[in-house]
Amino acid sequence: MEIRVLAATGVLGAGFKVESLNRGIALAPTFIACDGGSTDSGPAYLGSGKPKLSREACARDLRLLLKARDTLRVPLIIGSCATSGRDVGVDWMAQLARETAGEERLHFKAALIKSDQSTAYLKRRLAEGRVRPLFPAPPISEQVIESSHIVGMMGTEPIQAALAAGADVVLAGRASDSALYAAIPLTLGADPGLSWHAAKTLECGAACAVVPAADCMFARIRDDHFDIEPLDLNARCTPQTIAAHTLYENANPFLLTEPSGVIDTERAEYHALSDRLVRVTGSRFREAAQYTVKLEGAQLVGYQTIVIGGIRDPYIIRALETLLPKAQAFFDTRIAELFPGQLTKNDYDINYRIYGRDAVMGPLEPMRASAAGYEVGVLITITAPTQDLANKIATFVSHVSAHLPIPEYQGIISSIAYPFSPPELPRGAVYRFSVNHVVVPDDPYEMFRTEFVEI
Amino acid sequence: MATLFDLCSLIRSKNAGPFVLTFDLMFSSRENYERAKRSQPLTKHLLAQIYGQREEDITLVYHDHALAIKASIPRPIFQGELRDGDCYGGQQYVPLLQIEVA
Repeated sequence: MEIRVLAATGVLGAGFKVESLNRGIALAPTFIACDGGSTDSGPAYLGSGKPKLSREACARDLRLLLKARDTLRVPLIIGSCATSGRDVGVDWMAQLARETAGEERLHFKAALIKSDQSTAYLKRRLAEGRVRPLFPAPPISEQVIESSHIVGMMGTEPIQAALAAGADVVLAGRASDSALYAAIPLTLGADPGLSWHAAKTLECGAACAVVPAADCMFARIRDDHFDIEPLDLNARCTPQTIAAHTLYENANPFLLTEPSGVIDTERAEYHALSDRLVRVTGSRFREAAQYTVKLEGAQLVGYQTIVIGGIRDPYIIRALETLLPKAQAFFDTRIAELFPGQLTKNDYDINYRIYGRDAVMGPLEPMRASAAGYEVGVLITITAPTQDLANKIATFVSHVSAHLPIPEYQGIISSIAYPFSPPELPRGAVYRFSVNHVVVPDDPYEMFRTEFVEI
Repeated sequence: MATLFDLCSLIRSKNAGPFVLTFDLMFSSRENYERAKRSQPLTKHLLAQIYGQREEDITLVYHDHALAIKASIPRPIFQGELRDGDCYGGQQYVPLLQIEVA
């Protein structure tokens, strides 16, 4: 048995070299896959449904992959469309595919697999005790479910079903990155341990190559091993870089959890076949006793306006620790005065981040107590229930912050240097990740909906 | 005496999902890795102290094939929360750089 897998790049829209793709096409892959999303860029994408990468960048990669698929007549699988994998993201990608197909005169059957979760379904599973926290998880409740946008992360099964029904192109909502690559090998009867481990290694494209790049990787899965190499002839990979990829963005490199079980790489062996080709053996997959689907949810926190400035005066810098709490107390009074009955203290948040002191590590900063540098940056974030309120609060926050009094000077001073006029920058809606839970469904399909469209 | 920074070719922190912060320490040679594996400069106890966590919530693995130490902790502030100053978790490894290795 040999299954050949072409991984286009780490995330659709990040790009890849045309020569690398062409080299992959020449190697006659069994299928092509590419992941399109992640939570790594924060909750804004899941909260808003907007993609992180530009339409132009995604369209460029999609066009090349649709044409490659057309040449080879093999399946193309794209998952977690438009960063979050929300239904609107799948529709957005489908529209891009339609436009590209029109321009390039391509014809294919596409499966759109949607992964948004209804509040009614999740509330029912919650009541049944079939929504379980992962560690660490924020508390879950009906209220959290109602106020969050939640997607389920699909395993291989809905993708395999779509392909079995004749899909040429699968555009999936939120999906396990590895499931995109494991679906076809598992259907074809490849060894589950090798299929999943190869899939896990491929899902970031050439991120596991030397030098790491947004580019194509290629794997051959055979009976008792898989071989993997970057498709850029100038890139290499080594047993160490392939082994090390199991570390990337995972909590435990030996045990990688998927909906249907755990990829166990503890006994995997890595051998260099050349300076750019690595053979992997000994990977295992342990079926879970119970199938679980991970949930990702984002909840609106409010609307934010920010103010950016800098302080150069050493006497003001050293006084900040006492000045800022005083300013905060003044803001509370002022907000109560300007917005009586409209805003309580829990409805808004005003926060100073002092760059040059502890803005990056906060209370964990080991150098916190030591003297600050000769200059600090100040980022003020104002979060309120509406953009209008955040803007209005920000105007007096920026004004007051620019005139913080210190005993060394008599008379009014300008205590912060603002680079912009106006100094207040509206930032729009702000979201938080609100769930870190799994659902125990009746089967791997019930949380996902597939439509077929002829393009 | 050498520090982890001296012996490693890469030290990084990263999100492992929005709720877990993970550290990868890749050693620049097998010799350096074996030295660290022998002397165990990075322990759950030390990580718990630096990052204000409970030892039982920390994962710590010495990975022989990757020549790496891998540690994961609950994210001190969940990714994207109002007080989170590091959305990608990418600058949280700095207190590990100067840890000494016997």
